[in-house]
Amino acid sequence: MTHVKESNSELVTQHYLGKTSENRTMYYLQISQPSNKTKKIIWMDCGIHAREWISPAFCQWFILQNYKSDPKIIRFLQNLDLYILPVLNVDGYIYSWEKERLWRKNRSSHMNGTCYGTDLNRNFNSSWGSIGVSYNCSSDIFCGSGPESEPETRAVAQFIERKKEDILCYLTIHSYGQYVLTPYGSTTKPPSNNEELVGDENFGPLEIIAKFTGANENAVPILNLQMQVAGKAATALMGKYGTSYQVGATSLILYSNSGSSRDWTYMIGIPFSYTFELRDKGTHGFVLPPDQIQPTCEETMLAVTAIIDYVDQKYFPSGGVILTSGSLGLSLCLSVVFTWTVF
Amino acid sequence: MEALLQHSTTAAAGRAAALAVAYLNHRRGGPSRGLVLHAVTTATAQDIDNVGRKYHLKLVLEDILEKDNIVNCTAEILYHLGKENAAPDVHFTIEGEFKNTDEQDNIFYNRIKSLKKELVAQNIPDSHGNVPPEMEPIRLLARVAAGYVIWQNSTENTRYELAQIKDVRQVKRSDDYLEFDYMVLLHEFVSQEIIPWQMTVLWHPQHGIKVTQNSRQPKHAEY
Repeated sequence: MTHVKESNSELVTQHYLGKTSENRTMYYLQISQPSNKTKKIIWMDCGIHAREWISPAFCQWFILQNYKSDPKIIRFLQNLDLYILPVLNVDGYIYSWEKERLWRKNRSSHMNGTCYGTDLNRNFNSSWGSIGVSYNCSSDIFCGSGPESEPETRAVAQFIERKKEDILCYLTIHSYGQYVLTPYGSTTKPPSNNEELVGDENFGPLEIIAKFTGANENAVPILNLQMQVAGKAATALMGKYGTSYQVGATSLILYSNSGSSRDWTYMIGIPFSYTFELRDKGTHGFVLPPDQIQPTCEETMLAVTAIIDYVDQKYFPSGGVILTSGSLGLSLCLSVVFTWTVF
Repeated sequence: MEALLQHSTTAAAGRAAALAVAYLNHRRGGPSRGLVLHAVTTATAQDIDNVGRKYHLKLVLEDILEKDNIVNCTAEILYHLGKENAAPDVHFTIEGEFKNTDEQDNIFYNRIKSLKKELVAQNIPDSHGNVPPEMEPIRLLARVAAGYVIWQNSTENTRYELAQIKDVRQVKRSDDYLEFDYMVLLHEFVSQEIIPWQMTVLWHPQHGIKVTQNSRQPKHAEY
């Protein structure tokens, strides 16, 4: 990180975010084109789960892009600052390199040092502890002793909370499975008999009613729009090497969970919140072979830039009018409860 | 040609599809053939009173070693109601053919048979995803055997993948079979758990595979 900062010092600055359970320092990088303009923020974090090594690899790849010569990047850097956290779960990541390759959680100590680790992606304050978790420390989905019980969670949550008015997009990178996931992890109605379980291009496999816990009314139309943008990202990704991703709400196409970072950021009002699950679909799983690292990073880059591009064009249309997420919601004029019907 | 976005399957259909692939690997896989899910074309589920839930799937499969070898498959999976310990019923039909692997199977068989010392290996793949080429058939054989274990232990709420071979030891035999004692790690998606599993595997190029023993192992003390 220091090397990147030094070779791009006008654009890239390193900042302190917080400390981990084992007292390591968490840094994020800010990629920002110096200017007089007020910028909005895109946040991306990698490595919340230790064993998902392709994730920090992608953040690193992203950071090493050439900001000075890529015209797309130059355009959106006029309006947007990128905040990148290359490894959120530093302790766990180091542990997976040194001790146990398939470790997932952080390294906080529980039960008098007889049990270690909280699943950081079950530890956020989004319906914390309600579904898709374990209250047992020995589980890989242990949600911690309470919402934001972990220093890593607090470091991220406090920062994002402070900056939430300016953050338009939250991206969190995981593996594996090949998904672009939208909120929520925990609110769906199960399909009825004989319903098609495979969606069409409009992503309508099930009738769902999205429940909201205190988020603003504009969240509903934005959820639908979210899906479309996720679709654009998946299509862009597929264009590179033909890798196909599924797109949909976590609870619909993956499993139920609560306390995820992505659900939390959406609930506090960040409209474009996505979880990426990178390659592959299970053949290699967490242990992706080296020859797939570069292609994965290249294709994922296209997906992420598609989203950032969309956000840039939406909030900063050429003509210079800045839209806030509030005015965007009003301009969409959709009803509060929406259903996607089965075809 | 415009890239078409793949249809998204529901979580339950995704789990049923993964089970179908595991079962297919068990039935049709080998040290020179591993099957991978390329796409789910259609999936429906049907509740059958007092029996369970039946999934009808149309899948597209791909051969790991022959990327262009695409095969269509229809699978029916019945998860039994109230009998979580019973393996789901799986039936399938395949359209098209897999590439014949007799030659590679025999090469592998003869290579192992002529080893001076019994084969022993750890961490396949290693932490960085590397598999030495001579270990690839050992890995694919583990996939076949794991397919059996996964089938036997799957429910509607689980989805298993073979994550890594921690240890494999060849066991000397007086008959024609090759025998391997595997300790593998399975990854279960819903709980996100890594589950160590022991498997004793017999294989012969003409007689196919038998998993003669398999047992879930306790998590390592380090966890």
